[in-house]
Amino acid sequence: MEGPQVQLFVTCLVDSLAPEVGRATLSALEKAGCTVEFPVEQGCCGQPAFNVGLVDDARTMAAHTLDVLDETEGPVVVPSGSCAAMIAHHYSALFVGSRREEQATRVANRVWELTQFLVDDLDSSLSASCGGCKVAYHYSCHGLRELGLDHQADRLLSDTDRTELAGDKECCGFGGLFSVEMPAVSTAIMDAKLDRIVASGADTLVAGDVSCLMHMEGGLRRRGSEITVRHIAELLGDPQ
Amino acid sequence: MSEPVTFLSRAEALIGSHEAQAVESGIRNFLVRREHAFDVFPIGEELRDRTRAIRLHALANLDRLLGHFADKLGEAGGQVHWAADAVEARQIAADILKRSDAKLVVKSKSMVSEEIEINEHLEEEGMTVLETDLGEFIVQLAGDTPSHIIAPVMHMTAQDVGRLFAEKLGVPYTDDPYELNRIAREHLRESFLRADAGISGVNLAVAESGSVILVTNEGNGRYTTTAPRVHIALMGMERIVSRWEDASVVLETLARSATGQHQSVYTNVITGPRKETDPDGPDELHVIVIDNGRSDILGGDTAEILACIRCGACLNACPVFRTAGGHAYGTVYSGPVGSIVTPGLYGMEPWWELPYASTLCGACEEVCPVRIQIPKMLLQLREKAAAEGRLPAWLERGISRYGRTVSDPQKWASAKKWASRLSAPISSDGWIGRLPGPGRGWTQSRDLRRPAKESFNEWWRKNRGT
Repeated sequence: MEGPQVQLFVTCLVDSLAPEVGRATLSALEKAGCTVEFPVEQGCCGQPAFNVGLVDDARTMAAHTLDVLDETEGPVVVPSGSCAAMIAHHYSALFVGSRREEQATRVANRVWELTQFLVDDLDSSLSASCGGCKVAYHYSCHGLRELGLDHQADRLLSDTDRTELAGDKECCGFGGLFSVEMPAVSTAIMDAKLDRIVASGADTLVAGDVSCLMHMEGGLRRRGSEITVRHIAELLGDPQ
Repeated sequence: MSEPVTFLSRAEALIGSHEAQAVESGIRNFLVRREHAFDVFPIGEELRDRTRAIRLHALANLDRLLGHFADKLGEAGGQVHWAADAVEARQIAADILKRSDAKLVVKSKSMVSEEIEINEHLEEEGMTVLETDLGEFIVQLAGDTPSHIIAPVMHMTAQDVGRLFAEKLGVPYTDDPYELNRIAREHLRESFLRADAGISGVNLAVAESGSVILVTNEGNGRYTTTAPRVHIALMGMERIVSRWEDASVVLETLARSATGQHQSVYTNVITGPRKETDPDGPDELHVIVIDNGRSDILGGDTAEILACIRCGACLNACPVFRTAGGHAYGTVYSGPVGSIVTPGLYGMEPWWELPYASTLCGACEEVCPVRIQIPKMLLQLREKAAAEGRLPAWLERGISRYGRTVSDPQKWASAKKWASRLSAPISSDGWIGRLPGPGRGWTQSRDLRRPAKESFNEWWRKNRGT
């Protein structure tokens, strides 16, 4: 059976800081039968600028992203709920009334977050595995509240040993540049989260966003914790 | 030069403190109760839609509703006063009180009274002002400020209150909430009977009958508005609905969202002063309708925030509020709603930073009974702050340079190479433990992944590129 041809938008963080997540995403999509294309000119969705209020800079990045993606065809798959929501929900507001408005809507309609695409669109039988590890799953805020992502990961993780994580739908305290501008607050929220993760008895923390994971992983490392941190794509695809 | 007092510096002082711990445990209670209230009431979501529609309709017709309200209140024997700002509102109240020779003024809980700082003003005029809501009474006794719009002393534990009462009221120490309540009640009872005037807030006014509604869980609201000769109700000008049918929906939503109750213990409906046949009630009823910046908000991007019914649910849901507590905001209205209301009422300077005191997690909007788009408005205020050039130069320049770099594939490829190379001397084992400059905020408490030697893009070009 010939699967769909999809465009992979890896996000700037995966590209530069966690390329293994990009490779795992590619593998997961291929295992699900997709033919994957990667538009090599892609950059950043513009969310860092958008979220601090620098909308002109956000438009620069969004315009570039739109131009790159609009030249391609088929679903655009993003291994991040936050970046997918940025393109799907906020681009139209950024370009409202401009000549790009139509383009923004056209591209937004093609965007899928990875788990959303695998479960809701492909109805894939792909299942996550991590060799008997005990998984604590964190539902990242933007995916959860802007895209309604929750059941997708639950289904993909159904063969793993999930621990009960209290407050698994509460913010980890990352918040983009908030983490650097208000480090004490960001860290205090994170610490409460990490305490709950430790209390859950998990040995592996999993989420669908590299940004939140990088924040919590940095905190866990600073604590000297043994808990492993993985993007859900890494439990779905093979390293390559 | 000393560092300015900011949200961050206040939060830093509060995080992990006794006060912040009290807030955390207080909120947990609220959350459980609210969830239960919505679970047992299946049309909860529909109720939110109706509340939103009612409130937005009221805002769109505010001038008409206020006009009807004033007419009806006049017919009922009460009087409306219009105050453009805090100074006017305080002056109107002081004039009424002086005219009726009031010395002792009792107050029930009112956020707008905090907003216009009426206590200080009346005390300067020689009056004694006594807070009668238990929480506000404690706050006043402690010389503190309220930290939560519906639970003013959320930041104190029963032990704190016990110590305060022992010190200020000369009673034996106890931390039994019932006993503390009894002590306060005894202390307040006599004042109610002696008071010349009562000041209350207004939770909601109803235009069609000229009524003001006050919801409380303590009897103090009823005492304040009936026992003294004069009752002054302070009302934010947006706190109105058209009809009783609308009011019933809003009250239902308010109680469930605020405290998880089906209804508040007391719902006081006040329509004019005492009639001849009434056994009690004030001789005069004055409602001071206060603008104080609300018209400006109504005309701007964040107008929708005036649909807020002040239930406090967004405060309880907010990870930042929960961590730092209400005092970190440094203003009367705290939490997500306060971060929008405050710059609107008092101006961007110095309040522009409050919209940044949020992770944009969206939990506030998720619980808001009026479905107010809080994160969207936080972003709009951030956009305004950025356009006014308020952001630090490193951030503005850094983002601008980043934007241009990532949007140029060659520059982006080379930047990633450079980032990886430059981070080599400060990394070990693929991790950076300490960053210079603004990045130090990150590494204060977290390690940072070192930029990859080979980006995904580069890997793709090598292995999959055509």
